[in-house]
Amino acid sequence: MERSKLDLWVGLFVCAGIAALLILALKVGNMGSVGIGSDSYKLYANFDNVGGLKPRAPVKSAGVVVGRVARIAFDNERFNARVEMSIDNDFKFPKDTNASILTSGLLGEQYIGLDAGGDTANLANGDTIKLTQSAVVLEKLIGQFLYSKAAEGDNSKK
Amino acid sequence: MLNRSAFLNIRGLGHHTVDGVWRLGYALRFFGITVASSATAFRRFRLIVRELYFTGVLSLIIILVSGLFVGMVLGLQGYHTLQTYGSESALGVLVALSLVRELGPVVAALLFASRAGSAMTAEIGLMKATEQLAAMEMMAVDPIARVIAPRFWAGVISMPLLAALFSAMGIFGGYLVGVVLIGVDEGSFWSQMQAAVDVRQDVLNGVIKSFVFGVAVTWIALFEGYDAPPTAEGVSGATTRTVVTSSLAILGLDFLLTSFMFRGI
Repeated sequence: MERSKLDLWVGLFVCAGIAALLILALKVGNMGSVGIGSDSYKLYANFDNVGGLKPRAPVKSAGVVVGRVARIAFDNERFNARVEMSIDNDFKFPKDTNASILTSGLLGEQYIGLDAGGDTANLANGDTIKLTQSAVVLEKLIGQFLYSKAAEGDNSKK
Repeated sequence: MLNRSAFLNIRGLGHHTVDGVWRLGYALRFFGITVASSATAFRRFRLIVRELYFTGVLSLIIILVSGLFVGMVLGLQGYHTLQTYGSESALGVLVALSLVRELGPVVAALLFASRAGSAMTAEIGLMKATEQLAAMEMMAVDPIARVIAPRFWAGVISMPLLAALFSAMGIFGGYLVGVVLIGVDEGSFWSQMQAAVDVRQDVLNGVIKSFVFGVAVTWIALFEGYDAPPTAEGVSGATTRTVVTSSLAILGLDFLLTSFMFRGI
């Protein structure tokens, strides 16, 4: 095999390998998606219960991903969970936006849904969302259902 | 009589133990000398490029074709299992995570061991049997720096690239079967995959794995060739040992690396 042909093949091989690595990082991994780069701002929200929410979970508004959960910590003064979200700079939300923890599908992953309010002023970097709704915990839901059933039973006896 | 055979058995056990430890030490010393004398190989990079052609470029076909088929099978099997839970949109996650974390590095390394590792062993074993290595030494050319080190670095460089190509091809195969053939929603296939695959946690760890496998496979292949008895039988035995030992080493190392890398997940 002559030298230039061999060089060409090895060059092609190395290029293809690096291209495959880039594909894995950008197309398969999440390096190119929102909330990772520096062009995002931070919002905070306190929830009584985050349920199964995890860091890197999506933050959606009207079903569109607008950011990601950056960090979940326990607030030791209010005894609830403080969630840090990085929201893409392209999206602005009014001050009275409502944040709730929702589940995609019956067994799907949990995400934060933002419902925009009607305020004219927008949330800025570092602001805290006041209106929040916690994750639905299945056990509590079943407990409430059983209590209400029991109460109904008592009422019908009387 | 009984005493005599027990004595012989114990002596045999001791002999094997000493032999094994000696070989392990010899292999480690060989590895150390190879790394230490690789400066020549990097100064004359042409040597490594030549070996990259034989270990990397010539392994491309088998890696790409097997990657495609592994991905296609994953797509089919994953779809049938996920469909029973109504979550076939997670097919992309299944295909990508299993390829990037495990199958890509491991299967690519197994193929690399049997495609390139065996060839390396046979080549070096035959060079030794026909006294080419001894002739080099006679001409004051260090055979380790001239023959072994370039092959070692070519293997170490090409292994992560081949594993990445295997994973990318496998994901493409999964896409072909899942989205084009079966009709899983394309948007959720890619978006769920991107949400689940972390660049540092999954992709980078896969690359580290394949790098470690590259070092292990080329080291075993080169050592077996260098250590092969200079006969036809010796070379064939060494080639077999390369494939068996490096396959076992890959699987064992994979378990170790996985238990360190993905502990919290």
